[in-house]
Amino acid sequence: MGQVLKLLVQRIALGLLLLLLVSLLVFVGTEILPGDVAQSILGQAATPTSLANLREELGLNEPAPLRYLSWLGGVLTGDLGTALSNGQDITTQIGLRLGNTLFLAFWAAVVAVPLAILLGLLAVRYRNRWPDKLISGLTLASISLPEFFTGYVLIFFFAVKLRWFPSVATVYDSMSLLEKLNAIALPIAVLVMVVLAHMMRMTRAAILNVMQSAYIETAELKGLSPFKVIFRHAFPNAVAPIVNVVMLNLAYLVVGVVVVEVIFVYPGMGQYLVDHVSKRDVPVVQACGLIFAAVYIGLNLVADIVSIVTNPRLRHPK
Amino acid sequence: MSKELEYFSKKVARGLMDRRAFMGRAAALGVSSTMATGILATAVHAQGPVKGGILKAGLQGASSSDSQDPGTWASDYTTNLGHIWGECLVEVDPTGEIEPRLAESVEASADAKTWSFRIRDGVEFHNGKTLTADDVVATMERHSNEESKSGALGIMTGIDRVVADGQNVIFELSTPNADLPYLISDFHLVIQPGGGKDDPAAGIGTGPYRLVEDQVGVRAVGEKFANYWDGDNRGHADQVETIALNDPTARLAALQSGQVDMINRVEPKVVDLIKRVPGITVQNVAGRGHYVFIMHCNTEPFANNDLRLALKYAINRQELVDKILQGYGSMGNDFPINGSYPLFSDDIEQRTYDPDKAAFHYKQSGHDGPIVLRTSDVAFPGAVDATQLFQQSAAAAGINIEVKREPGDGYWSDVWNVQPFSASYWSGRPVQDQMYSTAYLSSADWNDTRFFRDDFDQLILSARAELDNDKRREIYREAAMIVRDEGGVIVPMFNDFVEATGPRVGGWFKDPNFGFMNNRAIVKCWVES
Repeated sequence: MGQVLKLLVQRIALGLLLLLLVSLLVFVGTEILPGDVAQSILGQAATPTSLANLREELGLNEPAPLRYLSWLGGVLTGDLGTALSNGQDITTQIGLRLGNTLFLAFWAAVVAVPLAILLGLLAVRYRNRWPDKLISGLTLASISLPEFFTGYVLIFFFAVKLRWFPSVATVYDSMSLLEKLNAIALPIAVLVMVVLAHMMRMTRAAILNVMQSAYIETAELKGLSPFKVIFRHAFPNAVAPIVNVVMLNLAYLVVGVVVVEVIFVYPGMGQYLVDHVSKRDVPVVQACGLIFAAVYIGLNLVADIVSIVTNPRLRHPK
Repeated sequence: MSKELEYFSKKVARGLMDRRAFMGRAAALGVSSTMATGILATAVHAQGPVKGGILKAGLQGASSSDSQDPGTWASDYTTNLGHIWGECLVEVDPTGEIEPRLAESVEASADAKTWSFRIRDGVEFHNGKTLTADDVVATMERHSNEESKSGALGIMTGIDRVVADGQNVIFELSTPNADLPYLISDFHLVIQPGGGKDDPAAGIGTGPYRLVEDQVGVRAVGEKFANYWDGDNRGHADQVETIALNDPTARLAALQSGQVDMINRVEPKVVDLIKRVPGITVQNVAGRGHYVFIMHCNTEPFANNDLRLALKYAINRQELVDKILQGYGSMGNDFPINGSYPLFSDDIEQRTYDPDKAAFHYKQSGHDGPIVLRTSDVAFPGAVDATQLFQQSAAAAGINIEVKREPGDGYWSDVWNVQPFSASYWSGRPVQDQMYSTAYLSSADWNDTRFFRDDFDQLILSARAELDNDKRREIYREAAMIVRDEGGVIVPMFNDFVEATGPRVGGWFKDPNFGFMNNRAIVKCWVES
């Protein structure tokens, strides 16, 4: 177990260093973009006087490295600052948005992950026969269609024609859980269709790989049912690669769903980030960038640890 | 047939018959559902406002960086939301007259240099405070003082001093201005308690609804304010909701699925499809907004008026109205004014596509080689297509336009008002003076055509001080001719505001001042039970 702990500490330290680099890159990136936040806020209505007033008030006249350092100081003391464009506290705003994003990602994962693994197992059980081909065909087709297309098709049939689900997935506090789930039913469906294929194919490939081993043959010769062989004997040894790809897709569900958010008007992090990038609102972009990077790094860390814990050879190296 | 239908429609309006039954009767009488909806809407309007219910509007233009500070409003979403809780001193009504709101009367001195607004008695803010002249003075101050970053700063510059005198607020101007009330109707100038100096984004005003929930860039809810002073005419629904729907397809889907009752900015290309959907009414009105191609009059090759004229004759206006606006608009005449403005002269000859004249003036100019025209998706809806159509019609006259497509990000800071020839738009102003002083006077901040003409400036300033409307009309005609024949702006088209309402909405009327019934559809419309 000491091995795992050491790795954990190492990884977290590296992760923090990565986050620092990410924040630097994001800052430089937003500095390179044309225009600044004052120009973006005032838009076509800007006059030289109002521009100068706004720049002064927002502290944009200070040199860039100084602004970066003062932001960094704030973050290290747990203060993400306030948004330049509307003066709102970033921590509370992100809290709301991140909560929404995680809510959507969670329910999409609850549906997608078990479904993908189950379909993967079924595909192995009936490999190269029609159920396998049907599952692969359908999931590959659904991943090949762009998200906005699937989204609009679902809206047309289920929101406009049948009126089963709302087309606008706006959720807010006063809604009950059931109402919220009803509101996000369509975006969940789209997300599931997008992530299903990747996880399903990986499950299938990983298990098939294990199925070549001699001990599987032994299990089959003992007379175990095919599904039991797959689930009890092959699956545990294929967990590591499956967890890897599951984590990758979970990360996608958190950080990569901006298109779905726009189509279904879901108030998540993606939309929040895009709004503020177009306003050149550096502190918010920084904060979002940090959170997204942290999610990626964190989930990858989990994947590594799971693969070590499930593999005795890695747990007890010679 | 229509008599029977009329009878039934009145029954529905009085709540004695439900809509479904009505549509059934209408179908039995062989009337199309679109027509039946129209008949019903008229009957419901005649019946007068219905109180109660929840009215939901799906609006474009929201962003999670929005604020309730009126000085920052620039988008449809913020402005419409702002007017549920806030009000201005005066408004411009659909006929172009000044409608008193928080000011119950307005008077000017004979030289139009001193204006007095009498503040209405007994108006209450949502925080319980009573509206006073001091609140008005403080509001004006906040939008015009040295530190102001308000969007209204530009229009406040001609005002020297604002003082309270009992229940009156006196505006003293540096130069005479017969249109001052129109400037004060600007949507940024919402009166806030104490001028909003303590907390400009508090969302507290005198409007019909209290802001009870505001999820920035997502959704906001207003609840009826019990002590609202004008409850008979505005604020009919018990609760109103604005939902941020920036994606055009999402807006339409939400209206079609009944999740919102009204939406703004329907794309012209889908209007004909929407019209066929039962229960949905397309609301369009000719406005003052227009799309433009701007040339800098002080930059070669555009410093040559023959070249400017060549380009003006080389654009096919009718084609642009047909293909870019799908007919929802009208041709422009190279000056920024149309029939929606007061004091418009309709006897000015319409300039049309004329490749021969274009070729003639192009030859006169002596210019040779490609002319770079910068465009972008954000310049106006369909700007890139419009630019390419312009390129083709100009090519027929032997003029070589090189289209340079710019990214939407940064277009307003790096291309518009910077590059000598680019696509852009103007949303129009309530009066001619304001449009010209915003973008055509030599001293204007947004003189985006770099048009410096002393005689033109003199005309506009003299019209401003003139209280005789016939004389003003004559002056504006002269000014229009100068811009049309010598200015740097190409105005191919004025765009309509195209919006849509669902089956429950009553009280919608045409208002050319601005989209969504001058940003007040939510407080003026009602929902049927």
